[in-house]
Amino acid sequence: MKAYSLFSLVRNSMSYHRNWQRAWRSPDPKKHYDVVIIGGGGHGLATAYYLATQCGISNVAVLEKGWLGGGNTGRNTTIVRSNYLLDASAGMYEHAVKLWEGLSQELNYNVMFSQRGLLHLAHSVHDMQEIGRRGNAIYLNGIDSEFLTPEQVKEMLPIINLDCRYPVMGGLLQRRGGTARHDAVAWGYARGADAAGVDIIQNCEVTGVRVEHNKVVGVDTSRGYIGAGKVGSVAAGHSSVIAEMAGFKLPLECYPLQALVSEPIKPIIDCVVMSNGIHVYVSQSDKGELVVGSGSDAYNSYSQRGSFDLIEHTVGPLCELFPIFSRLRMLRQWAGIVDVTIDRSPILSKTPVENLYFNCGWGTGGFKATPGSGHAFAHSIAAGEMNSIAAPFSIDRFNSGALIDEGAAAAVAH
Amino acid sequence: MFIINCPYCGARDQTEFSCHGEAHIARPEETEKLTDEQWGDYIFFRQNPKGLHYERWVHSHGCRRWFNALRNTVTDEIFATYKVGEARPVLPEQNAGEAPS
Repeated sequence: MKAYSLFSLVRNSMSYHRNWQRAWRSPDPKKHYDVVIIGGGGHGLATAYYLATQCGISNVAVLEKGWLGGGNTGRNTTIVRSNYLLDASAGMYEHAVKLWEGLSQELNYNVMFSQRGLLHLAHSVHDMQEIGRRGNAIYLNGIDSEFLTPEQVKEMLPIINLDCRYPVMGGLLQRRGGTARHDAVAWGYARGADAAGVDIIQNCEVTGVRVEHNKVVGVDTSRGYIGAGKVGSVAAGHSSVIAEMAGFKLPLECYPLQALVSEPIKPIIDCVVMSNGIHVYVSQSDKGELVVGSGSDAYNSYSQRGSFDLIEHTVGPLCELFPIFSRLRMLRQWAGIVDVTIDRSPILSKTPVENLYFNCGWGTGGFKATPGSGHAFAHSIAAGEMNSIAAPFSIDRFNSGALIDEGAAAAVAH
Repeated sequence: MFIINCPYCGARDQTEFSCHGEAHIARPEETEKLTDEQWGDYIFFRQNPKGLHYERWVHSHGCRRWFNALRNTVTDEIFATYKVGEARPVLPEQNAGEAPS
């Protein structure tokens, strides 16, 4: 792999940028791999990258049924934060934020991680109590967290309408939160993994999981059978489908989660603003588009479309909070299928089938955890046991009752 | 957005309804004898099919009555709506392979 640098940019500009090395190969699948990762989104590619670079397992394939990062990795609203209530979540998401902070340098790929600050608004006494409890819990976990008065919110965001239908009573700010370029995360990890020897195989859909004597031995795919020592499923919205192939159920239900993008405008919001109370969140991309989202549809679906009434529920509070946006046109709307657990926390776990591991259930907020999730999952697969960061997210918690209830922190904020 | 045929009120917009997940889950008998695994399965583990799904809906902004529906989770096509207590309808031939058992 040729490193990207100012010099390579200058050198390639001499040949009109026609001679850049391909960022990753497109190999045919081998007959057998030590580890097969199902799903070429951010989490799957990160898992493969850390397996190859940190765990000494480079005979790895990533199988992607479509194109890299074409699922939820390319459909989210790119928000990164670690302001969660509970210790297990703080461990996972803060682990991720720390990796985000050095990711562009590590990957030699600009993921455009921008710690522009993430402001969570409170609109009621209940909201104030929730951010009070959570803000202090975050602080005690050693993660930055500040309370803002409405006046301080106004100072940060001069365009906000504090006296809206549900007046802004305060805010919780994580200055180290922000956004990253979602496609670049997938591409950067893919390039790094490929350079470390991982085969990234696109247009290769897993159609069956072969299990012998309760042990996974390989996967059937649209490009033939591929043997595997271990299999890690990182299939997000299709995790239940993969689990069914392996013969067990997961405590997941899938919903469409929508997002919208406006026409590009000059810089007007320099942080991420989110509100669980009135159900909207917004940030501005480097291109100038507003990236807007809200809640998921309330019925199971794999449709990747989402319902129209949710769009109204999204732009209504947006215009109430920022009246200046009322004449802005929206350019695109889409949905991704999110796999949601009952406690709104992910699953990183061994399964009833030996050597088959699942990383799923990230629900409405998996993007922010991409590096941490991949890192923890890779080390856990390599060791054959979940590591200390991943262990609390075992599938066993749905039977033991040791749930990690992050409903308040995850309900809207993605 | 789609149209749902409420068994009591007829065809109405989906926004009048709310969905409450998988239908036909019976509360286990003799709950004092259940293991943690059986309790967990009953409370948290659900069918999540990519295809046909038997599910519970309530006409929240209408008659407020509960009923069941058989819907395709990929196309949002609704094959049947029926009252609680009625037998589940037979699966349509197409996509039957993806239906919950």
